[in-house]
Amino acid sequence: MANKISDETIEYVGILAKLELSAEEKAQAKSDMETMLDYIDTLNELDTRGIEPMSHVFPVHNVFREDVVENGDQHEEMLANAPQKKEQSYQVPRTFA
Amino acid sequence: MDILSMTAVELGKKIRAKEITVREAVQACFDRTTEVEDQVNSFVTLEKEEAFRRAEAVQKGIEEGRFTGYLAGVPVAVKDNLCTRGVLTTCSSKILENFIPTYTAEAVRNLNKAGAVVIGKTNMDEFAMGSTTETSYYGATKNPWNLAHVPGGSSGGSCAAVAAREVPYALGSDTGGSIRQPSAYCGVVGIKPTYGTVSRYGLIAYGSSLDQIGPIARDVTDCAAILEAIASHDVKDSTSVLREDTDFTSALKCDVKGMRIGIPQDYFTEGLDQEIRDAIFAAAECLKRQGAVVEKFDLGLVKYAIPAYYVIASAEASSNLSRFDGVKYGYRTKNYEELHGMYKKTRSEGFGPEVKRRIMLGSFVLSSGYYDAYYLKALRTKALIKKAFDDAFSRYDIILAPAAPQVAPKLGASLSDPLKMYLGDIYTVSVNLAGLPGISIPVGRTSGGLPIGMQMIANCFQEKKLFTAAYTYECLTEKKWVSRWPHLRRNGEDIPAGEKEGREEK
Repeated sequence: MANKISDETIEYVGILAKLELSAEEKAQAKSDMETMLDYIDTLNELDTRGIEPMSHVFPVHNVFREDVVENGDQHEEMLANAPQKKEQSYQVPRTFA
Repeated sequence: MDILSMTAVELGKKIRAKEITVREAVQACFDRTTEVEDQVNSFVTLEKEEAFRRAEAVQKGIEEGRFTGYLAGVPVAVKDNLCTRGVLTTCSSKILENFIPTYTAEAVRNLNKAGAVVIGKTNMDEFAMGSTTETSYYGATKNPWNLAHVPGGSSGGSCAAVAAREVPYALGSDTGGSIRQPSAYCGVVGIKPTYGTVSRYGLIAYGSSLDQIGPIARDVTDCAAILEAIASHDVKDSTSVLREDTDFTSALKCDVKGMRIGIPQDYFTEGLDQEIRDAIFAAAECLKRQGAVVEKFDLGLVKYAIPAYYVIASAEASSNLSRFDGVKYGYRTKNYEELHGMYKKTRSEGFGPEVKRRIMLGSFVLSSGYYDAYYLKALRTKALIKKAFDDAFSRYDIILAPAAPQVAPKLGASLSDPLKMYLGDIYTVSVNLAGLPGISIPVGRTSGGLPIGMQMIANCFQEKKLFTAAYTYECLTEKKWVSRWPHLRRNGEDIPAGEKEGREEK
């Protein structure tokens, strides 16, 4: 196995991914990621020097339009989906200590 | 009159001719779901009340001449990652177990404008991540041809519903093969259009640069008619393409004379099931007899498509799924103290293992220090794959390929080894990377009775070539593979392994 993922890396990726993994899940994530990265490393066989990274298959660039509001007031409907709400707003736990 | 045996276009014709009412059509579908849903589990949500209410409105619209198209009054099922206003939309995830969208996806709106009646939302792999529909939080869907097997994924619910005659057609989405592979496994016809053809507005995003919505139906004519209805230029999707050639039904001709068909030799190597190989070569022979020019060639780069795909798709997924954090909609963890803890616990409890796996991989390949080596490398590989297809399409109108290397595996056989499951996407993912249209059509049955699918791939914007070739094949074989019913037992007992197909039509 060529790729070795350290405990620190898994911790760090967990922070980026905003996931809280159990010890068991972390061990599994490490081994899964190592397997995938070993496999992904086959891409290194390809010489891609001078090749532009292609993010979009068609030559489409920025697409602009006027920012016109088309939908009406959906305040109630949207708040109905909120796990917690208070006084017509989304409620979240304390953000500043 | 057996409503369930009719294709969408046939049923639409009868409805417009007043031989069948919209209500009768909708009732027939719900009767069938009652009969088979406990075995197949194609649906996450059935919308009976709303469907019957809508049926009355559409019936009136047809009588008043407001709905005149192919699909007026015809029931449809919609994959559960397409937002439907007022109707639960879960992406088959726990994290969206209670999400009621406030708007409807553009593709579904287009169907509504054509007079369609949505009867429910179909099961899928959680957030469309998976190849078997087993990663659904709401339980696996079963393959109607053999309930011990998976229907494929991620649009497994849509494909199983169509195969099991629960609904004449359905919408699916395809990021790496999620329409074409389950269509092959379930013996139905499914097309992933050119990227940008169908608006992604209201499609809950997985890999935005790869996702496309497309039809799943029981024949090629239906697929053409449905795609004609859902294709549209939409300013709400900045990757939407303005096309003036979306009259796809005009391509339904039985004529492949002079059509240049390429068979990539590097797709027919070890790992491909012998029965699938034979069925595809037989189909190619069939088109050749009709005047098509069939040649073998080397496509190249085949083994690099899957690693490039999983880097790009996971990267985009990790970004797209960051919106699910328990604040504005969906599940929120019960016990938490501060904000970040709430985010992390919510997401960890709300997402299943496959989704977490891809979010982790995606976060890793986008992180500083690895971005160039993995993410940009994958985007460069994508450019090379696109070029390989450009070269192929300078010589061929169509490429013939398998949809998957094997037929539908047994339930539970794929999840233990993710990499092995990913390798099953070998013939489908490159089509998404290059933005191409691809159709999967049934071309046979294995000795065990499971459907075999063939994929046809065309250059961007050349869906009409796919429809002509697929329609020709269907004519030549007299719809041999698409007009049979799977043998579903009514009382829930298992189908003995190896039992062949059931009830024949006409």
